[in-house]
This record gives sequence, structure tokens and C-alpha cells, in this order.
Amino acid sequence: MSGISGSSTLSGIFLMVRRSLRQHALSTAITMFSIALASGLVMSVFSINDQTRAAFTGGEVGFDAVLGARGSQLQLVLNTVYHLETSPGNIPYEMYATIKDNPRVKLAIPYALGDNYQGFRIVGSTEDLFNEFEYQKGKKFEFQKGGRAFDTARREAVIGSFVAQKTGLGLGDKFNAYHGLIYDPNMRHEEEYVVVGVLKPTNTPSDRVIWIPIEGIYRMTGHVLRGTGEQYTAEAGKEIPDEHKEVSAVMLKFKGPQDGMLMDQTINKQGKVATLAWPIGRVMMDLFNKIGWVTRVLTLVSYLVVLVAAASILASLYNTINERRRDFAILRSLGARRRTIFSAIILESSIIALMGSLLGFVVYAIILGVTTLVIRSQTGVVLDIFSPHPILILAPIGMTVVGAISGIFPAIKAYTTDIASNLTPIS
Amino acid sequence: MAVLEITDVKKTYRSPTGERQTIIDIPKFAMEEKAHVALEGRSGSGKTTFLNLIAGILKADTGQLLVEGTDIQSLSEPSRDLFRAKTIGYVHQTFNLLQGYTALENVELGMMFGRGLDKEYAVDLLGRVGLGDRIHYYPGQLSVGQQQRVAVARAMANHPKLVLADEPTGNLDPHHTHEALSLIRGICREQGTALLLVSHDDEVLQEFENRQSLADINLAGQEASTA
Ligand SMILES: Nc1ncnc2c1ncn2[C@@H]1O[C@H](COP(=O)(O)OP(=O)(O)O)[C@@H](O)[C@H]1O
Ligand SMILES: [Mg+2]
Repeated sequence: MSGISGSSTLSGIFLMVRRSLRQHALSTAITMFSIALASGLVMSVFSINDQTRAAFTGGEVGFDAVLGARGSQLQLVLNTVYHLETSPGNIPYEMYATIKDNPRVKLAIPYALGDNYQGFRIVGSTEDLFNEFEYQKGKKFEFQKGGRAFDTARREAVIGSFVAQKTGLGLGDKFNAYHGLIYDPNMRHEEEYVVVGVLKPTNTPSDRVIWIPIEGIYRMTGHVLRGTGEQYTAEAGKEIPDEHKEVSAVMLKFKGPQDGMLMDQTINKQGKVATLAWPIGRVMMDLFNKIGWVTRVLTLVSYLVVLVAAASILASLYNTINERRRDFAILRSLGARRRTIFSAIILESSIIALMGSLLGFVVYAIILGVTTLVIRSQTGVVLDIFSPHPILILAPIGMTVVGAISGIFPAIKAYTTDIASNLTPIS
Repeated sequence: MAVLEITDVKKTYRSPTGERQTIIDIPKFAMEEKAHVALEGRSGSGKTTFLNLIAGILKADTGQLLVEGTDIQSLSEPSRDLFRAKTIGYVHQTFNLLQGYTALENVELGMMFGRGLDKEYAVDLLGRVGLGDRIHYYPGQLSVGQQQRVAVARAMANHPKLVLADEPTGNLDPHHTHEALSLIRGICREQGTALLLVSHDDEVLQEFENRQSLADINLAGQEASTA
């Protein structure tokens, strides 16, 4: 008997909640929308933070370390691995030649930077890039149909998929390099390069790069080499002596796990001429730790939005209580207990919050979609929108709890409704 | 056993000017099972207050109110709410229907907080008061007379032992008044339910064999009238 009447009371509560949500559809919708924003924002901040961290610090970049000019390891990594920021300076070609033959080094690929085409960086390198380099375990660069690696003796270029997509360059197209890392139409180099290969998408920063033979950078009109400390300008048809050559960085892969540590010891701690950025993930982690306050601010902002959303539940529900007093009194006189009325209000606010936070997944998808696009076009790194994150479960649950709490104040107001005075005939 | 037994019940209100006013002071009042009693009282004499005391919606200052042998004053509030839902049906003067709910839902809500939902019986009740074709109408879509009948159906929802009717025909024209009273009395008779009706309207009171004046049983009323 009491079981039947218990479940019956429950269906009474559900009926009350359903009616109220319908009767206050507009304010319910607006409140839900604010909950959706709050929940979507919280999920986005947490998820984007962790995903970018994972993508930039834990992801494979194909290299263990970067050797470059004495200075900031972070700048070196950003400049070579992510093709962002400026170059900290060059190192003599000799260093590349030496480290290449070091028994601890499995692979050494030189980069020479300094030119761009429509803002996309032109990087001078060697054929090893296509033959030896694996940007992920077991994955080498692959050419789209008809493409091939550049011939180091010719003015040929291989372009990343994003470059092809954005500039419209394709196989057989010719283009001129422009001096500097930022596009300036007045800085055009005379040499014309022809595209002989377009790479398949790798979802790495390499998609945003134009690769040419390193010799091409040396011979670009207007480029001056300072490998010996004195200025040297390459002449057509004449071999450039190695001592004059320079490289911006050498990308390294070591043979064993301890090799990095030993190289770090020799180059960074004992040496004075170059910097070894190693391990790359740790260098990027330092960056994220440095900009950790940004995340903290964003988190705080999203919590504030949650607070505002909670307040909007509270306010909108609280406002309805007065007009519903007569209903509560009638329900009470029909046998509904005070705590039944109380529960109905709490349930109502929880349901608004729950539905709002489900709607929050739409907000989340939009924010993450846009962010992913931006990060991809700025860095070439692709975030996985659909990768699961605990916040995607915690936020809706948390939001529902917040909704329930926001309902307490209006529920208390409803709880205190006096039957007799609210049943008083209006006639 | 008497369905209602009242001994020495007093109820005072604090008037807007601050002094205590005794509205109800009833030394003795009782109703037998299945009895139909009409209480006469002019406007403001305390009829609604009296019914609210019996229903446990108001608490008396002193005295004892036994409904079906249970002293409702001694029950905790939640128990009183449940007791009221299960034992007493109440037809209010203004019907007090829930505007946002259909006729059927109004009756069903009466059940949900009482003896439990019995959908078939809810439909059956509305059929018996002549609203079988209007069960999904909202109060706003019903005439005053039809609303009154929904209120009657709702009062019967939990098979009550006692139905309280507070000027149930106050808003009806004379023709419908008679019809409505026949309906209430008929349905109470069918169910074996006692009926306590209060009204100031002679037309209504004439229909009852057992008529009493509130002023006769209520000392507070006598004072007020002699003053
Ligand atoms: N909450 C209240 N506070 C003070 N006085 C009240 C209150 N409710 C009713 N009264 C007074 O009690 C008297 C009886 O009211 P009521 O029982 O509604 O009379 P009736 O139903 O017979 O018209 C009236 O004089 C009314 O003003
Ligand atoms: Mg009255």
C-alpha cells in the first residue's frame, strides 16, 4: 500500500514538474541555454587544455632533439618542430657534418630557414627527410599521386598538403621564394622553383612547410653565408666550400635512450657554442607550465559562467514561486506534503540543468570545432575532437548538482507556502 | 461510530488592529456516518474557517477534532496531510482547480497524494459527474458548472469518509444549484460518504433535512451577534 502510494507520489511530482516546465517554457529555454553555455565552456576549457598539452608535449614529432644556436631551447623547438617563431640564429655546417657521424646519432637532418612563400615557410633540407625520416613510428612522408622528392641539384620543391590547399600550388607549378619568414611582396627572390611533389596530409606541422634542397637556400640571390665569420656569396656553377655553409638547426634522432642525456651533457653543460633542445616534449611542457595561468584564468571564467547560470536558474524559478503559491496550496490540500512540493522544485531545477548540460555538448562541439580549425591552421597540429575526457561526464553531472542546489532557495520558498491563506477565495 | 466529533474547539485570529478575535468556539458538534448535514451561516461567520479546521488545514487553538476517531490535531503535519488526502474530500467555494492541468489530471493528482493513482476510477468519476467527454479539457475551457463538477469528482477521488463542501453552489445560477446539489448528494450516498455542507443560501439549505445554524453551535458567533 505504502509502496503504491510512494510511486504514486513520485508520478505526481513528475506531473508537476512537466507542467511547470511547459508553463514557463520561455524562461526554461533561456535558463537552459545559459546552462548549456556554462557546461559547454567548462568542458571546452578542460578538454582543450588537456588535448593541446597532450598534442604538443606528448605527441611524437619524429625527432628526439634539435641542435641549434646557443640560446633558448623553446625557441629552437618552436622554430624547427612547429615552424613558428623566429630562428635563434645559425650554426656552422661543420657541426651538422660532425654530429651526423656521431655514433650515438641515428639520424641528423639539417634545416636552413629564412624564406617564405605567401607566409608558408620554405625550409632547406636534404633528401634524408623523405628517405629516412619517420614523422611517426613507421610512417614516412608519402607523396600524393605523381609526386617525388626534390633533386638536390635542381630548383625543385616539395610542399605540404596544407600549403597546397591554401596556396593552390600543385605539381608542375612554379613559384618564387620571398625573403624572410613573414610574407613581404617586395622581398622576392629571383629564382623560380617548380613543385615536384605534394605530400599527403600528416596532421603535423610539416603540412604547412615548403621543402627545397638546402643548397637552394645557400644559392638564393641576396643570401649571404657567414660560416667562417666572414661574408660569402655563392656563385653559380661554383661549389660552395663547406666552411662557409650554415644551417639553422639539425634535427636529431638518437640510437638509444641514454644517448640524449649524454649529448645534453656534452653540448649544453660542457659546450658553449650550441644548444641541444632535448627532450622536445619536456621543452614544450615548460612552455605549457609557463602559460599555465592562461588556463587558470579561463577555468576561473568558466566557473564564473557556471555561477551566473546557477543564479539564472535560481532567479527564474524563484520568480515563478509566487504565481504558483495557489497551486501549491491546492496540492497541499489534496495531500501533497511540504517535502513533496520541495522535491518537485529541486527536481525541476535539476532537470533544467541536466537538459541544459546535454545541450552543452552542442556548445562544446562548436567551440572545439573552431579551436581545432584554428590550431590546425596556425600550427598544423590536429586535435582529436572526439577523444573522450572525464570532464565530458563530470561537467553534466556537476552541472546537474549545481542545478539541484540552485533549486534549494526557491524550493524553501515553495515549502513554506501556507495552505489556508493561499486557498482563500478570490471571489 | 461518528465520522466527526468536535469538543471545545476554539480558533482565534489576530485582527489587523492587533487584538485577538475568537471566530470559532464550539463546545460540541458531531456527525454520524453517512449523514448529510447543512450548516447555515452568514458571510464572515466562520464557515470556511470551521471546514479548514476539520480538514486539518488550520490548527485549532484548543480542543479536540476527531475525524473517524483520529484526533487530527495530534498528528504531525505530514501525517495530517496524508490523513486528509485519504479521509476527507473538499469542495472549495471557488473550486480551487489547478488551472494548468486537465480535468482528468486534477482528479488524478488528488489520487496521487492520497490512496494512489487509479486511472480507471478517475475516468469513471468524471463520467459520473457528466464530464465523460471533457476529461482532457482544462478548467479554463469548462463552464463554471462543469468546473464545479470536476471539483466534486476530485473530492471523491480517494473514497473519502467525509466530504466538506464550502458554499459549493455559490457561483451557480438557481437552476444549476439544484442540479449540483443532487449530484453531490447522489454521489455521496452512492459511496456511503458523510457530507458536511456550509452555505448562507436558503435555497441550498432547504434541500437538506438535517439543517443547523452555525450560530447555534458556535459561541463565538453568538457573542458577535449579540454584541
Ligand atoms: N487569516 C485570517 N486572519 C485574520 N482574520 C481572518 C483570517 N481568515 C479569516 N478571518 C476572519 O474570520 C472571519 C470568518 O472568516 P471565514 O471563515 O472565511 O467566514 P465565511 O467563510 O463564513 O465567510 C471573518 O471575519 C474573517 O475576516
Ligand atoms: Mg467562506
